[in-house]
Amino acid sequence: MSALRILVSVKRVPAPGAQITLTADARAIDARNLGFTTSPHEECAVEEAIRLVDTHGGDITVLTVGPPEADEQLRYAISVGAHHAIRVGNEEIASGEDPDPQATARAIADAVLALEAEAGVFDVLLFGNESADSGGFQVGVRVARALGRPIVNGIKAIDIADGVLTARRECDTGFEVYRMPLPAAVGVKEGINLPRYATLPGRLRAKKADVQTIDASPPRGGLATVQFATPAVEVTETVLLGTGADAAGAVVDLLSELGLA
Amino acid sequence: MSNPVLVFIDHDRGAVGDDTRQAFAFARACLPDAAVAAVVIGGDTTPAVTGADTIWHVRHAELDDYAPEAWGDALHQLAAEVTPSAIVTTGTERGNEVLAHVAAIADEPFAANVVAATPGAPWQIRRARWGGSLLEDATLTAVLPILSCALHAYPSDPSTTSTTSTTSNPNVAEFVPVLQPDAGRTRIVDRVQVAEGITLTTAPVVVSGGRGVGSEEGFAAIEALAELLGGAVGCSRVVTNQGWRPHADQVGQTGKRVAPDLYIACGISGAIQHWVGMQAAKQILAINLDRDAPMVTKADYAVIGDLHEVIPAIVDEIRRRRAAT
Repeated sequence: MSALRILVSVKRVPAPGAQITLTADARAIDARNLGFTTSPHEECAVEEAIRLVDTHGGDITVLTVGPPEADEQLRYAISVGAHHAIRVGNEEIASGEDPDPQATARAIADAVLALEAEAGVFDVLLFGNESADSGGFQVGVRVARALGRPIVNGIKAIDIADGVLTARRECDTGFEVYRMPLPAAVGVKEGINLPRYATLPGRLRAKKADVQTIDASPPRGGLATVQFATPAVEVTETVLLGTGADAAGAVVDLLSELGLA
Repeated sequence: MSNPVLVFIDHDRGAVGDDTRQAFAFARACLPDAAVAAVVIGGDTTPAVTGADTIWHVRHAELDDYAPEAWGDALHQLAAEVTPSAIVTTGTERGNEVLAHVAAIADEPFAANVVAATPGAPWQIRRARWGGSLLEDATLTAVLPILSCALHAYPSDPSTTSTTSTTSNPNVAEFVPVLQPDAGRTRIVDRVQVAEGITLTTAPVVVSGGRGVGSEEGFAAIEALAELLGGAVGCSRVVTNQGWRPHADQVGQTGKRVAPDLYIACGISGAIQHWVGMQAAKQILAINLDRDAPMVTKADYAVIGDLHEVIPAIVDEIRRRRAAT
């Protein structure tokens, strides 16, 4: 079994559950008091890369398109087992602009080609199925298409044997199975694994690790943010059916009314 | 009369879900003057999808089972021939995946999670972001606009039913794309059946547990209630992170989106990431110790109390009444 070269693409996003406030002009989110993390599907992609390399040997490059603050997410990946960290950006991205999906994909595809020209083709490119903040469902597909690699999204299990990647995708009644020749790309979903926590030696290694930067100025795509808005809060009159076990009668009355009990 | 709008039909070997009706509702809301042309890719039989003005049946040996790259190639080629005013679908896993491929091939933008859209140059769209906790107003500048609506954002029109059958339909046109030899390299090669009968996304009732359930064993009462009601068991993200339930049961932003007749939320606080997965439920019953929990204040009905006492009492009461009749 030959060693695998794996690249994982990650994005720095506001922590799930964070209370997000907008800037005064509503054109951006106010990041000053916000906690950030790696987008959940991508955290699982990093973990999956570590498990694949544990089995097959090889090395892991983690890449992000983002501001210098995103080094925090790259270092997290190093702390749990990734080997190389790459941050792709430019002045606008550094100042907090979130590039559109077409521009993001072009920047990643160009960076992958540059890295491959130096050190060889990546056997596997891992993406998150969609980012937690933008939810575009497309960057991985665009990168794979640009590079001519097969890609399947929504993957919750990966096995690699004899140069073939077998991927399982959850559907309503079970799993669909896909098989792709390497090199290939996969859009990973949370649930493929439970990500590990960093060890103390891992964190020390991450602190000292180099983050390589790549400049990119891809042309803008056709989707442009104008402003953000907070959804109207729905006011619901909650009918209190009771407290504790004594409420059971009222609950079953309701279930009967709905034709369920 | 503008050019037709192509609606990608997400089907699995001929079977379609409610998302197809949502896609038609989305298409007609965006482009009320355009003819709605359903695109059914694959299958031998001529599909009869009601709710569309015309149907394109796209046929090729590589397209018979779902193959995201080949389906994207085929839809892109059809669009090049038809020059539609837009390609739309509902944001299912396959809907988003196939439209992402079409957008990548055409090098056009693709707007997912759309909750409102007005055509123009550019299109003005509104998207749900951060799992629905914020809305984004954006412009979509495209020769070929490609959009998917957020699941359940466009209620389906009950007058349209979507089925595939062998009856001939006068409005069906065939399209045969020219595919590269390796276009089918990402085809489904096998299926593993895990669940039978009622599933989380189709169940009329979902009984769902959160942090308050406290353990894997704590779900026994929730399972009993779900079984009595002919429903399915769901859970929040913290539950799968704790390993109490498989991830397949998770409802929310990174799990499944459900829209049952009744959602019973047991010990779930109701963070936005969970809420977006079940907000389309017709009725919500919250069982929670904390009367100020968001799930309680946003629910239609609530019981304040310890779910470990309340749920067994409900189970007993249902059994008692059934035994009495």
